[in-house]
Amino acid sequence: MDRVSTAIRVENVSKTFDTAAVLHDLSLDVRAGELIGLLGPSGSGKTTLLRIIAGLDAPDRGRILFGGDDATGLPVQERAVGFVFQHYALFKHMSVADNIAYGLNARRRADRPARAEIKRRVGDLLDLIRLSGFGDRYPSQLSGGQRQRVALARALAVEPRVLLLDEPFGALDAQVRKDLRRWLREIHDRTGQTTIFVTHDQDEALELSDRVAVLDRGRLEQVGTPDEVQENPASATVMKFLGDSVEVEAIAEGGRVLVRGRETPVAAPASLFGPVKLYVRPWQLQLAEPDSAHLSGTVRSSYRTQGRQRIEVADPEGRVFAVEDFDGIRHPAGHPVGLRINGGHVFA
Amino acid sequence: MSEIFSPAFVPAAKPAPVASEGAGVRAVLIGIAVAFLALFLVLPLFAVFIQAFSKGIDAFLDAFREPDAWSAIRLTLTVAAIAVPFNVVFGLAASWAIAKFEFPGKSLLITLIDLPFSVSPVVSGMIYVLLFGSQGLFGSWLIDHGIQILFALPGIVLATVFVTFPFVARELIPLMQEQGTAEEEAALTLGASGLHAFRTVTLPNIRWGLLYSVLLCNARAMGEFGAVSVVSGHIRGLTNTIPLHVEILYNEYNFVAAFAVASLLAVLALITLVLKSVLEWRFAGALAHGRAH
Repeated sequence: MDRVSTAIRVENVSKTFDTAAVLHDLSLDVRAGELIGLLGPSGSGKTTLLRIIAGLDAPDRGRILFGGDDATGLPVQERAVGFVFQHYALFKHMSVADNIAYGLNARRRADRPARAEIKRRVGDLLDLIRLSGFGDRYPSQLSGGQRQRVALARALAVEPRVLLLDEPFGALDAQVRKDLRRWLREIHDRTGQTTIFVTHDQDEALELSDRVAVLDRGRLEQVGTPDEVQENPASATVMKFLGDSVEVEAIAEGGRVLVRGRETPVAAPASLFGPVKLYVRPWQLQLAEPDSAHLSGTVRSSYRTQGRQRIEVADPEGRVFAVEDFDGIRHPAGHPVGLRINGGHVFA
Repeated sequence: MSEIFSPAFVPAAKPAPVASEGAGVRAVLIGIAVAFLALFLVLPLFAVFIQAFSKGIDAFLDAFREPDAWSAIRLTLTVAAIAVPFNVVFGLAASWAIAKFEFPGKSLLITLIDLPFSVSPVVSGMIYVLLFGSQGLFGSWLIDHGIQILFALPGIVLATVFVTFPFVARELIPLMQEQGTAEEEAALTLGASGLHAFRTVTLPNIRWGLLYSVLLCNARAMGEFGAVSVVSGHIRGLTNTIPLHVEILYNEYNFVAAFAVASLLAVLALITLVLKSVLEWRFAGALAHGRAH
């Protein structure tokens, strides 16, 4: 935090709608030039946080700082944020070029660029979003992905100090979403624009972000690089939200974790003793001989997809474990197998 | 959307009717509907014009050579010119508030806006007599200050505003609710002031709905009889609107003149109907009522 400056600081922000608390005493620093993803299930408060940063909603308590200055009371017009809405919110009755120029045309006469300058900027932005020649079209004549790009150009036109994207790809189909993701990353790398985006899609957050902030029920669970949150999830919530995992009954013993009396390579806090839940990812389970295994069961199904083999093993109590293994053997259903645990996480 | 689903395409896109009655049943149903329309709408409309011209074009024009007729037309236009803009301002404010904000008493406000639709126009007029009449709540105060509301222009305008209250708000509330607040929020984040956002984003989005409701509001404002009748006092050449003038002429057995002036209102109704249909046909997607088809 010393070398990089903080662009936006969210300080102890709380927000309640009607009677339901949406954000609890939430604090977050956003660094200048970074692309940060707010990741959380629906109802986690991520969109509310974004709207509070934009000034579209006001916090009940806490402060928002822009580059060290208190912006909590600043009206939305003066915050210089670029907000991209989930459903684009393009102005239906305006052409693409007029949509992009809107923020420049809305300025007071003294601050407004000359008409030729606005035209040039719109042209540059149309190039940037690869829609040159689409300036005279209307939003209804564009595809979803094109509309989203126009919405982004419109937000960038006012040279915001931060770009805020609310589920930017949520309404698009899978292939378009993938392309736009990569494209957004490119644009970010080129412009260095500080960007906060909201998503409920783990893959999107992990692929796109410099850092991920995981939210759950109005609380910040963890902030870190995609690698950090995946390798060292701070809580069971983060663990579960970032991908498939199975829960295994285990015993913690001063740093060691035992499953059915057999030691695992998992490390636990040294102060932890007694029964705990061990969270294991599918690729941290490996098929093994029953006598050297932590768990046992029978194969329920097995299939291959994109170079990986996925096996579902049901234990005697009927719980199903998803296993990703690469042994290349086809395991018939009903076949008894053992499972060895090669990793996992225990939370205090 | 409206471009794609222009009416010309609708019949082709319509699925075959589920219940296909025999041709006979269909003919009878259509026959009944057309007969009712002819009997109760078209025939009276024709009767108005037939009566108006029954003594020839000169007798028809004579009705308009009467200064009282002109004063009635002037008064009606004046009342509409005040009441309609007033309702546009109120309708915009109310529908904006209802559609875009949450506030206590919102459902009460919606109910109140509908009140003039459910109250008899005569009662609407009586309300103002109770308030501003010489025996009314503010009566003595008004007399003391020499302010004339009843039996004068202000009373007629007030009664007209009351009965036409719901037209603009009723059309715009569902329209604005459907459009939501995202576009306005987008405009605000782009630095637009509230007024600029309203002018450049909200107003263009509701313009056809607004025009549609102004049309209906105007037709009602010009044609209102009951409420205006109570507060006007029927002073010839002063407080008679077109409908009141028609009534007086009729009561004096001056049928040709009565129907001649009435034909003005009929023409206004026809123009309104045509414009309304054009709006519904061309801009169905931009209207709240147009969707009901």
